[in-house]
Amino acid sequence: MQEQIYPPPPYLEKVPFEYQLLKHRAIPGFARLEVYRANGGYKGLERALNMSPDEVVTEVKTSGLRGRGGAGFPAGMKWSFIPKVPGPKYVCCNTDESEPGTFKDHEVVENNPHQLIEGVLITCYAIGAEHGFIYVRGEFARGIRVIRRAVEEAKAAGLIGENIMGKGFNCQITIHPGAGAYICGEESALLESLEGKRGFPRLRPPFPAVAGLYARPTVINNCETLSNVPHIMREGAAWYSSFGTEKTKGFRVYCLSGHVERPGNYELPCGTTFRELIYGLGGGVWKGRNLKCFIPGGSSTPMLAPTDEVLDTPMDFEGIAARGSMQGSAGVVILDDQTCIVGAVLRLVEFYKEESCGKCTPCREGTQWLVQLLHRLEHGEGRPGDLELIQDVGGNIAGKSFCLLGDSAPVPYTSALKLFREEFEYHITHKTCLVGPKAGKALVGAHS
Amino acid sequence: MDKLETRTQELELSQAGREQILALKREYPSSRSAMLPALHVVQGEFGFIPAGPMVEVAEILEVLQGEVEQVVTFYRMYNQLPVGRFHVKICDSISCYLRGSDELLEQAQTKLGLSLNQTTSDGQITLAKIECLAACGAAPCLQVNDEYLYNVTGEHLNEILDNLKTAKENPYYVE
Ligand SMILES: Cc1cc2nc3c(=O)[nH]c(=O)nc-3n(C[C@H](O)[C@H](O)[C@H](O)COP(=O)(O)O)c2cc1C
Ligand code: SF4
Ligand code: FES
Repeated sequence: MQEQIYPPPPYLEKVPFEYQLLKHRAIPGFARLEVYRANGGYKGLERALNMSPDEVVTEVKTSGLRGRGGAGFPAGMKWSFIPKVPGPKYVCCNTDESEPGTFKDHEVVENNPHQLIEGVLITCYAIGAEHGFIYVRGEFARGIRVIRRAVEEAKAAGLIGENIMGKGFNCQITIHPGAGAYICGEESALLESLEGKRGFPRLRPPFPAVAGLYARPTVINNCETLSNVPHIMREGAAWYSSFGTEKTKGFRVYCLSGHVERPGNYELPCGTTFRELIYGLGGGVWKGRNLKCFIPGGSSTPMLAPTDEVLDTPMDFEGIAARGSMQGSAGVVILDDQTCIVGAVLRLVEFYKEESCGKCTPCREGTQWLVQLLHRLEHGEGRPGDLELIQDVGGNIAGKSFCLLGDSAPVPYTSALKLFREEFEYHITHKTCLVGPKAGKALVGAHS
Repeated sequence: MDKLETRTQELELSQAGREQILALKREYPSSRSAMLPALHVVQGEFGFIPAGPMVEVAEILEVLQGEVEQVVTFYRMYNQLPVGRFHVKICDSISCYLRGSDELLEQAQTKLGLSLNQTTSDGQITLAKIECLAACGAAPCLQVNDEYLYNVTGEHLNEILDNLKTAKENPYYVE
């Protein structure tokens, strides 16, 4: 997204930390090759090409870099699963970013394309691939234009193509636009989509490391994951792992949105607390209101209540898991105390219904049922027993679906019910909201 | 419907469009992989995916016509029918919802006298909602065709719609 939307944040004075992934905010024209190179760009690739591929894998392993797409799998370890067989291997960069609450890759691809290209090139070298694909969400039309231009610049400068930097490394990079489907962010659906098909997830095994794109060994990593790689290679694993917490090293981009004073992307050392992000940097809840609850890592992660214990939790994979939720894609969504939880949950679940790919019945049918039941609850037509019914329907999706999209669909409801059961019940008994602008007003017959 | 079918059968890709698709095909180890970008070329030319060019894509990429159709019907961005010159898509997922996207949708419908997915009678504007656009930090947001508008207020929306009523080219295109 455009630089000017998020002005250089004042927070950098508060945090003893210099931009790495979002360096483009501090340096105008950063999307251009000469500016990128003048600021240390492609130095990481240069250093990598002076090492053996195995040494590069080891360096990334040592850095402690973990995937930023959701699950947090160690990147170097993923690369080391690629078998040393002859024939083509591929790297696919996942820039399909569509999880509600997440908007970091969008900013990176539009403003810092060379950092991503450099990361993909290094990854290709490390695993012995000669072709990397960057799958960019189709809606990022401007991002696609920007990164395609960057690829042309890099080609003209001999950074993509044959005998890169005179080191005998050959590599092509293709920018692949998606066409609007959240499911294509799921890695096996992404591969199907790259092969020109509908984005239906694949059965595993085989895993992509063994049989991925065109049934060849393939590494799939998130855009932000690979954007970290040039920094690791340029400054070294020890430098990188000096940031972050014991098990989550480095820095990452936290996406802050919803009812907060200063929404936006915040690049911070891993393990910064929620309190620092929401109140310190984000300026707290908007309109002087109070925090009702928040989603810590994109719409698929369970909501958390803002107890002191939760707010002082370091934002890393283990810290958030210990509070009963997940780091996910680091999309933090703030809900103020004037929000009716039923409406918010309906909106969250509707997303999964819309985006269900339709391949398996529990998710295709179940998400329709969930939305129908939540819809009637929201509109004051809920019946006694509905809360249990919704939970039942959710239970028939989670764990019984083909992929994680289905498992995620009931999460907003199940997590919100634990925190705000009385609000759901109130909708049934009083046919109106307990809190929010519609509180006390009859909902029956109201449409949305 | 019949009429539309015949009309769209007759449409043909321009020479430049065909060449673009041929170039895309050469970028991939397997020609079928060029499917999504090729269909973006088609939509760029016609504003939707007409039947004739769909056959052409199948020929160029050496795949079955049905394989192209399957893709066109699966992905949200491909318009299977013509839309207005400007496709206004307002995000209504959670972060935009929390900052007033439903009010924007109401306002746009009232102002244009349209329901969702309808087009103004002069063919200028089609109104739609869309799932999270990955710009939640600048919510509420919307797209005009493929271009983003951020932090959209009611006032701003009014202005945008007024501009689009008479515009020929997308005024929100950014290099
Ligand atoms: C429904 C669904 C959607 C996903 N969407 C994305 C996405 O948009 N971007 C992404 O990087 N990972 C997404 N993932 C996770 C990917 O499957 C995969 O784990 C990730 O790209 C691996 O990269 P990483 O190890 O660098 O995180 C999604 C997963 C699921 C189940
Ligand atoms: S769980 Fe949903 S998204 Fe995943 S394969 Fe089944 S229908 Fe498709
Ligand atoms: S919720 Fe609207 S852009 Fe994400």
